[in-house]
Amino acid sequence: MSASIARQRAAAGRNRPWCDDEALLGRMLLAPAVIYITALVGFPFFLAIFYSLSDATVGSTTLHFVGLRNYEGILQDPTFWRSLQNAIVFTLISQALVVVLGKILAMALYGDFRGKWLVRLLILLPWVAPMSLGSIGWLWIFDPVYSIINWSARALHIFGPEIWPVWLGQPDLAMASVILVDVWRLLPLATVIILAGLSAIPQDIHDAAQVDGAGFWRHLFMINIPLVMPIMLVALLFGIVFTFTDMIVIFVLTRGGPFDTTQVIASYSFFTGVQGGDLAAGAAISLFLFPVLAAVAVVFLTLARRAEVA
Amino acid sequence: MCPLVVREPEVSAPRFGVKHRLARGGHVLILAAFVTFLAFPFYWMGLTTFKQTRDLIDITHNPFVFNLPPTLENLRVLFYDTQFGQWIINTVEVGALVTLITLLLALPAGYALARLSGRWGQRLGIAIFLTYLIPPTILFIPFSRIIGSLGLQDSLWSLVLVYPSFTVPFCSWLLMGFFKSIPRDIEEAAMIDGLSRLGAFVRVVVPISSAGILTVVIFTLTLVMQEFVYGLTFITTSSHYTVSVGVPTFLVRGDVYFWGSLMGACLIVSLPVALLYNIFVERFVAGFTVGAVK
Repeated sequence: MSASIARQRAAAGRNRPWCDDEALLGRMLLAPAVIYITALVGFPFFLAIFYSLSDATVGSTTLHFVGLRNYEGILQDPTFWRSLQNAIVFTLISQALVVVLGKILAMALYGDFRGKWLVRLLILLPWVAPMSLGSIGWLWIFDPVYSIINWSARALHIFGPEIWPVWLGQPDLAMASVILVDVWRLLPLATVIILAGLSAIPQDIHDAAQVDGAGFWRHLFMINIPLVMPIMLVALLFGIVFTFTDMIVIFVLTRGGPFDTTQVIASYSFFTGVQGGDLAAGAAISLFLFPVLAAVAVVFLTLARRAEVA
Repeated sequence: MCPLVVREPEVSAPRFGVKHRLARGGHVLILAAFVTFLAFPFYWMGLTTFKQTRDLIDITHNPFVFNLPPTLENLRVLFYDTQFGQWIINTVEVGALVTLITLLLALPAGYALARLSGRWGQRLGIAIFLTYLIPPTILFIPFSRIIGSLGLQDSLWSLVLVYPSFTVPFCSWLLMGFFKSIPRDIEEAAMIDGLSRLGAFVRVVVPISSAGILTVVIFTLTLVMQEFVYGLTFITTSSHYTVSVGVPTFLVRGDVYFWGSLMGACLIVSLPVALLYNIFVERFVAGFTVGAVK
């Protein structure tokens, strides 16, 4: 009762003319973007769900509702389980490395030193280059015959005469290689985000810690890491999304091989849906990306907000 | 001297002890290691671009030096025997149109989310952010049929239509954070001077938002340049490729790789954008984090 009176009084108090249009204007400014996004993200997303319940293929224009048959097939498909497992391993290891290395690199870049602009330019390169082209650069570095890694390691006597790894051709090495390329690609973004978080810490806090006699490690764990935590989580969120849903690195470097040991959900969906022509199964496989992403997003948004409030 | 005056600038001035020198050495070492890891592939691309193929494929040669004289042959192949130039033009055209659409949609949306809506706006903002998490790898299968039924197969317009589906959500979110960081007083002063809310947005807020707009432009162009999956799915004619699709599909034929030309193409595309990024990186970072932490 009293709340509604208060609201009425507040509304009456705001008597400037543009106030009445505020909500309407807000909706009008928002409408084009919302309509576009609904039409080009929401609609295809539901279409993907619909396809996953049908027998759609690349060739035919008609389709029939088949219920959960595609999902039953996928859940019995060992390659799918392998892809799911690979995608999780790929994402977890690469993002753990990206966050730790990104933190170290951001701290090394914090503050001024000579040649900083050049270092920054070189460090940003992997993020700026198109991923398909950067991956091709690595394809050349990992070449089975001309690999520069092998040549250098042999020249430095790290590899004996018998050792000549085929980076993309041996199961464990192939996974390690695609993880390396993914770290290479996402490290610049994480570094830039974490660096911004570091720069946002007020100088007073550093000064106070120094006056109180905090050493490097104490400073790192009591001040640097806790204060940068929310923004590090943001960097991690982006990293997980980009890595878990990516198929370019896998597509260019290994095509999922050898023996599906680097196959992930995104690439398996592409090979099934587009190259295999089974749109329905491809759509069903790709939908397994969504709940994981949604869960990750909710967790991180909650954590980020909590950290902000505290 | 009074013992209470301890916080003079000299306290934090460089110390020339052993510990300090060790720390500096460690700093240089860490940076060198990271730069080597991150930039080496580009150095390697540069070297490969100017090497003769016979030099590249002789395993008795030291790969770090030119064993045969450097050559421009790989670049000649890239520009004269492939449609690389056309691919760059296509990418720039698509990039410009997508940037325009993104700005037209995301600027008002970001402003509305930042200023003109209460609780529901916050929820809608999060909803828009979440749509960004629906990846091309889920959407390209339905899109391949939608594009077909619109008659846009193999047309650059299909990319112009689809690319804003990932640039608009992200840029709206980014600009929302950016507009929130602008003091309300500026618009309120403009409105007291007689401008409407819309007028204040168009004439006052947008002109002082060049940093946010620039962030959006660079981000959009980068995303367009990097996109691979949609381009590969929708475009089938070589002359309609964008750079990121054309180079790996056209220059890679079966098991034959034109390494020199491939590496040259990657380098030529990456370097100008990297320089642009570097000039604006402070603004980019500011725009990014304001957007990210709200």
